[in-house]
Amino acid sequence: MRARSVQPAMSFEYFMWIFTRGSGIALILLALIGISGAFLMGARTQMDLATVMRWTFFPNPNHVVNSNIPDVAIGWATAFWQIMQILIIILATTHGYNGLRVVIEDFMGDTYLRPMLRGLIFLLWLFSLIVAIYVILSS
Amino acid sequence: MKPSRNVGFYQGLKYQGRGPMLHWMLHRITGVAIVLFVGLHVFASFFMQQTGADLATQVNIVYESWQFQIIVAFIVIFHALNGLRVALLDFWPGFQNQVDQHRALWLQWSVIIPLYALTVFFLVTRSLAES
Repeated sequence: MRARSVQPAMSFEYFMWIFTRGSGIALILLALIGISGAFLMGARTQMDLATVMRWTFFPNPNHVVNSNIPDVAIGWATAFWQIMQILIIILATTHGYNGLRVVIEDFMGDTYLRPMLRGLIFLLWLFSLIVAIYVILSS
Repeated sequence: MKPSRNVGFYQGLKYQGRGPMLHWMLHRITGVAIVLFVGLHVFASFFMQQTGADLATQVNIVYESWQFQIIVAFIVIFHALNGLRVALLDFWPGFQNQVDQHRALWLQWSVIIPLYALTVFFLVTRSLAES
C-alpha cells in the first residue's frame, strides 16, 4: 500500500497533532537525559527507583524533599537542569492538557459546553505552568 | 462531512479493531490517568508547600508509596513506548500496513515487558529491604 500524499491546511488541530508527536518524542529524550543525570550523580547507590523516577521527570530539589538524601540540592541546582526542567514542564503540560481536551471533545458534540471546557482546561494549563515554573525558579 | 459520533460504548467495543484499537484505547486511558495524577500531584504539592494542608500531604504520601509507583511505572512506560510507536508510524506512513503494524506492536511489547519487569523487581526488592 502506498502512502497518500496530502497537504492539509495549517490549522490549530493540525498544529497540535504535530506538536503532540514531536513533544512526545522530545519528552522521551528529555527523560533519558534526566535519568542519565541522576545516575551520573550517584542514583545507583543513593536512591531507590521511585526517587529516580521522580528525578527523571522533574529534577528539582524541592520535588524530592522526602528522599532522605542529605546533599540533595548539589548538582541539580544549576542553570542547565533548570532549563531542562522548564522544557519538560512546558512540553509535558501542553501535551497532557491538549490530550485531555482531545479526549473530552471526542465524547461531546458541538454544544455550548465546549468553549467552557476549553476555557477550564486552558486555565488549568496556565495554573500548572505558572506553579511549576515558580517552583523551579525559586529553588 | 463529519463522521457520525453517535456510537455507544458497547457498540464501540464490538468493533473488530483488535490490537491497534486496544492500544489506542489503552493509550487514551493511560494518558488521562497521567494528566489526573500529575495534575493532582502539582496541586497537592502546591498546597502542601503553601498551606500545609493535611489532605495534600496525604495525597503525596500515597504517591510516594511503592505500591502506587508500580501502577504509575506501568502507565508511564506503556504510554511513552506506545506513543513512540504511534509517532514513528505517523512520520513514516509507508509502514502503516497491517503486517508492519502488528510487527510494531510485538516490538513494542518486547521492550515494555523487560523494562517493566526490571522496574518492578527493583521497586519491590528495594522497598522490602527498607521495611
